[in-house]
Amino acid sequence: MTTLLEARKVTKVYGGGLFRRDRTVALEDFSLRIEPEPPSITAIVGESGSGKTTLARLLLGMTMPTAGAILYQGKDLRTLSRREWRAFRRDVQAIFQDPYEVYNPFYRIDHVLHTPLKKFGLVKSEREAQQRIVEALQAVGLRPEETLGRYPHQLSGGQRQRVMVARALLVRPRLIIADEPVSMVDASLRATILDSLRALTRDFGVSLIYITHDLITAYQISDNIIVLYRGSVAEAGHAEPVVQEPQHPYTRLLIGSIPLPDPDRAWSEEQEPSEIGRLADASTGCTFANRCPYAMEMCLERHPPLYQTERYRVTACYLYRESPLLASEHLDEAFVRPGVAGPAVATSGAADDSTAGA
Amino acid sequence: MSDTSLRMGQTRPEPAARPWEGAEIVLGVRDLRVSYYTPRGPVRAVNGVSFTLRRGEAFGLVGESGSGKSTIALSLLQLIKPPGRIEGGQALLDGKDILSLSEEEMRRLRLAEIALITQGAMNSLNPVMRIRDQIIDAWRDHGEPVNCREAEDRIRDLLRWVGLRPEVARMYPHELSGGMKQRAVIAIAISMRPKVIIADEPTSALDVVVQRQIMQTLRRIQRELGAAVILIGHDMGLMAQFVDRLGVMYAGKVVEVSPVRDIFKDPLHPYTQLLIASLPSLARKGQLQGIPGLPPSLLSPPPGCPFHPRCPFVMDRCRVAVPLLELKRPNRLVACHLYERDEEQA
Repeated sequence: MTTLLEARKVTKVYGGGLFRRDRTVALEDFSLRIEPEPPSITAIVGESGSGKTTLARLLLGMTMPTAGAILYQGKDLRTLSRREWRAFRRDVQAIFQDPYEVYNPFYRIDHVLHTPLKKFGLVKSEREAQQRIVEALQAVGLRPEETLGRYPHQLSGGQRQRVMVARALLVRPRLIIADEPVSMVDASLRATILDSLRALTRDFGVSLIYITHDLITAYQISDNIIVLYRGSVAEAGHAEPVVQEPQHPYTRLLIGSIPLPDPDRAWSEEQEPSEIGRLADASTGCTFANRCPYAMEMCLERHPPLYQTERYRVTACYLYRESPLLASEHLDEAFVRPGVAGPAVATSGAADDSTAGA
Repeated sequence: MSDTSLRMGQTRPEPAARPWEGAEIVLGVRDLRVSYYTPRGPVRAVNGVSFTLRRGEAFGLVGESGSGKSTIALSLLQLIKPPGRIEGGQALLDGKDILSLSEEEMRRLRLAEIALITQGAMNSLNPVMRIRDQIIDAWRDHGEPVNCREAEDRIRDLLRWVGLRPEVARMYPHELSGGMKQRAVIAIAISMRPKVIIADEPTSALDVVVQRQIMQTLRRIQRELGAAVILIGHDMGLMAQFVDRLGVMYAGKVVEVSPVRDIFKDPLHPYTQLLIASLPSLARKGQLQGIPGLPPSLLSPPPGCPFHPRCPFVMDRCRVAVPLLELKRPNRLVACHLYERDEEQA
């Protein structure tokens, strides 16, 4: 079974050249494998500057890595033939945050929905095409009669986002890479759309990489979560423990900052960085040290590697340096495989390899 | 002059748990109506909204896009532009109807008594002016004589108050991060000690960590200033964390107003109930329950209750009679026929 899509030790650096000070490392030494079976939902969570959008663009072949490679069915995207590229385009679909740019302003909305059906030969007749489009639009809460026949600028940002989700529902690719697909959609509808994406995984075997800043929805729909901070993995693994008992100080800060819809669970106060953390210069040691309440001497020297703190979790933090190391290219070995009897609560050593058999 | 200048170190005592209770009403909005005249007909964006704001309280207006919440903010500052028009209603700020003020009177009132912090406020900073000059500009604009030495001191205090270093005074907006810009905007908004601060999605463009910092800063300042805040937004979580009382909007109307704890514990209006049930939580996994159906088109709203086409408890009279926002429980207003029926039976 060939891996469907893989990021292998990918680093992306913007700018730079002769002037090293201008270099921005958007993503550093990132690896991830998406297997064709079983279908999975992986969430990539980060704030602005975390590298999550760079990662989406890399995985979609919209930009090439500075080091490392993106592989589609084992082949480097840079070496795909035209035919393989076309298959990649069909298998891996994108949903973007503000999809305005992907629309051709001169075509009606219908065009963006009809084209993939025709191009990939997914329907037999025009009537079937029309019917499937109407169903897909309804599934994302759009009124077909108010959407079809309109031009992109006549729809709101949230409506355009939903058209892109509808398109993904129509094409039924093998993998959807969704970068903030519901950020402009109201809460009551957001749940509906995320649920339709989840149903796509459950009923049609489509895998999903859900890229977002919203840890709550990430937790709700994903099997595994990767928390990115300034281009590096801070913490990753089974969604349950990562969210319920976060380990990395950054994940803890992120979760503590979420305004919970419960007036009795008040926001906590943010902890100040430690004395040592205040001295940190983010360019050498741990990228989080200058904000970290637990920063120690060693945090200023080198960025921490991944420690496998539990069967289904890794944390890039020296607080967990007693745990065994996990090479970054094997990140997904700390992931639960959906469908296989998953762990109720994954604690270190409590689950053996047999529960994770891919 | 003296009562508008900032006096640091004069912090007010921590307010009681329910600061609004018993406090006088600082702003009373009555039957506000705003329409936008589009080629396809008038859109009734705000359709008879009433609420009161007490001194020092944080009042939330929550609603989804198109519910009219931002239009309310703009109306209160007379910033509605054609094709929009305020069609009726009153907004009494300390007994004076601010909707009937002349443009010049309103200009003087803004900032001095009622200030607005908006979603894109970070972008409302002038990119070619230093922060200090923008603050001084705002003061001059309101006829405050600004003496240089004194201004420097006041600006330093002001910036410290919102959590910015004094150096920021000499910086240009592009030198600041998003969170710092929003702090600078708050500094300008509070620089004349307004009685009412309207914050319309003040943190929607910011990351959650920065959002918490900004909202906690805003809350601290609000308390120290004794100002009332109207927080407008769509994020129920933010409302739960920030406001004392919450108004829920749907299709241009306020459908429920209650103390925030009551709303989350025991929502009365069916829309509020479904809205709260649709919130993804960190406690339970696998529950993603949206509200079926769509909000009505404001060009041709349904007769009766605007929520009736989506309401699981719809009755015959909901299709014909518009429910009024009335007191149905102590401190709780709701616009729903269900509760009238309950009372009749009781």
